[in-house]
Amino acid sequence: MSKTPLLDQLESGPWPSFVTDLKRMAAKKPQVKDLLAQLERSYQEKITHWKHGGIVGVLGYGSGIIGRYSDLAETFPGVEHFHTMRINQPSGWFYTTKALRGLCDIWDKHGSGLLNMHGATGDIIFLGTRTENLEPCFAELTANGWDLGGSGSTFRSPSCCLGPARCEWACYDTMEACYVLTQEMQFDMHRPSYPYKYKLKFSGCPNDCVAAVARADLSIIGVWKDDIRIDQAAVKAYAGGELKPRGGATPYAKLDIKADVTDLCPTHCMSYDGKKLAIDNRNCNHCMHCINLMPQALRPGTETGATLLLGSHAPILEGAQLSWVIQPFIVMESPYDEFKELNVRITEWWAEHGKNRERIGELILRLGMREFLEAAELPPAPQQVRIPRANPFFFWQQSDFDAEAKGRKYYTREGFDVE
Amino acid sequence: MALSKAELVEHIYKMVEAASGKRQLKASDLWKAVLKEHSELDKKDVQTAIKELIDGGRCVYTYFGGSYVELPRVEAAAKKG
Ligand code: HEM
Ligand code: HEM
Ligand code: SF4
Ligand code: SF4
Repeated sequence: MSKTPLLDQLESGPWPSFVTDLKRMAAKKPQVKDLLAQLERSYQEKITHWKHGGIVGVLGYGSGIIGRYSDLAETFPGVEHFHTMRINQPSGWFYTTKALRGLCDIWDKHGSGLLNMHGATGDIIFLGTRTENLEPCFAELTANGWDLGGSGSTFRSPSCCLGPARCEWACYDTMEACYVLTQEMQFDMHRPSYPYKYKLKFSGCPNDCVAAVARADLSIIGVWKDDIRIDQAAVKAYAGGELKPRGGATPYAKLDIKADVTDLCPTHCMSYDGKKLAIDNRNCNHCMHCINLMPQALRPGTETGATLLLGSHAPILEGAQLSWVIQPFIVMESPYDEFKELNVRITEWWAEHGKNRERIGELILRLGMREFLEAAELPPAPQQVRIPRANPFFFWQQSDFDAEAKGRKYYTREGFDVE
Repeated sequence: MALSKAELVEHIYKMVEAASGKRQLKASDLWKAVLKEHSELDKKDVQTAIKELIDGGRCVYTYFGGSYVELPRVEAAAKKG
């Protein structure tokens, strides 16, 4: 009889199973045999047998290694230490076969051979090694051009969609921006000096393939400022069924332009009279719905950049939040100085005022968007309004009276006045 | 009184040492405390001094929910049991 009946059930579904992978690796690596046995035991007892390590790492770095120990080391000596290493991924997760083989060889030599491609931060995850293997493994990684990524209270490894490498909708070079910021922030990535984690994610368009709006403290989402480009002949071809909706990626043979496209536009800014498609671009909120359905007829405009949103995180001190707009449009072009400087103002304000384990989004909830915008030197803009106000009170500040005395209206900073 | 680079490193080491076993200090606790007494310094100076302590192995970064700067010690979780 199998020693792992509960885990075996996980192999019975239609999908690839991590249990099958573990069994294959167990033939080669004794620690993986112990891993399977300890996991089966956890399934029986319904408790974890992992303990957190708080101290292991490589010399000089305060991040990139996540300590794990078994509390059943006597029974399962192979998993007595089972630390995780995070390795910073390349932008867009492009590898040569040679690079992948190199990574696997290093991990076969220094660890369990188990990988997770990729973790939630986008890093390459090496699962399971002993403390004494960390330095040699790190040395071999760096000799081959790799480095550890972020963990703990640091700037986490940024990640991005593959953007212009393969996608016609990219509104800026996500991979370059991600790479440049990764290099720029090396100190803060390896040496924890923030109140808690801080993540950047770069998506090339509002489809947001890396889910930046939900998973990054600072979400950089590509957008266009001008009009959606329309090819009326292609619209006709969609209407006539010569072109398939969504590039053929739906079961439907033919698009009903009114029912499927214009009626579902969230701001009702489109119309179709059976011949011509019209868009009131001032009211388009760049949701990508129409473009996704008719990629050959509609394309994003040509005046492109990104919208910056801030504050998303999983439930920690407060419940989960999505990022919300702090800057409606920014040009994203090398060397990204405007973006880098803003990023520093954001993290400085947070480092100064944030409590331990308080994410930037939670700090804004606590101190208010007004304080944040002033510190980040961002002008207030209608796009920053997340929900209509429900609080009838307005608290005037001295700076408002000063502004009024100078003949300006309501706002505090020179040049920031609301017209 | 202005601190030299070497004195700043020692000053920070003493803070970490004094807190050891009582309170876990974060990098930001250290720079806030130092800047309060020494307004002539800036955050970068303190971060560089912490880096020196870490690179020399006199202090280590630890992680217990958040990240701290502490004296090296034996990992409790590594012990059997
Ligand atoms: C310049 C004089 C006054 C000012 C500035 C003032 C201001 C206010 C404010 C800000 C509220 C709260 C409104 C809300 O939350 O919806 C309020 C409610 C109220 N005020 Fe006045 N008030 C004044 C005079 C008075 C006087 C003279 C009385 C009674 C003799 C009074 C009785 C009340 C009552 C009973 C409420 C509650 C109403 C409710 O909740 O439906 N107020 N007042
Ligand atoms: C033991 C005595 C009192 C108790 C237990 C009490 C309790 C309360 C409570 C629970 C509220 C609602 C707060 C809220 O909705 O957030 C309130 C509001 C209010 N109370 Fe009292 N109250 C007392 C005495 C008084 C007195 C003596 C006055 C007037 C002379 C007064 C005037 C008001 C007013 C005007 C409001 C409305 C405030 C607003 O809507 O902004 N209360 N009170
Ligand atoms: S987020 Fe947009 S640009 Fe990036 S891959 Fe997805 S659809 Fe393309
Ligand atoms: S992108 Fe969205 S909001 Fe804009 S026109 Fe298309 S469907 Fe409407």
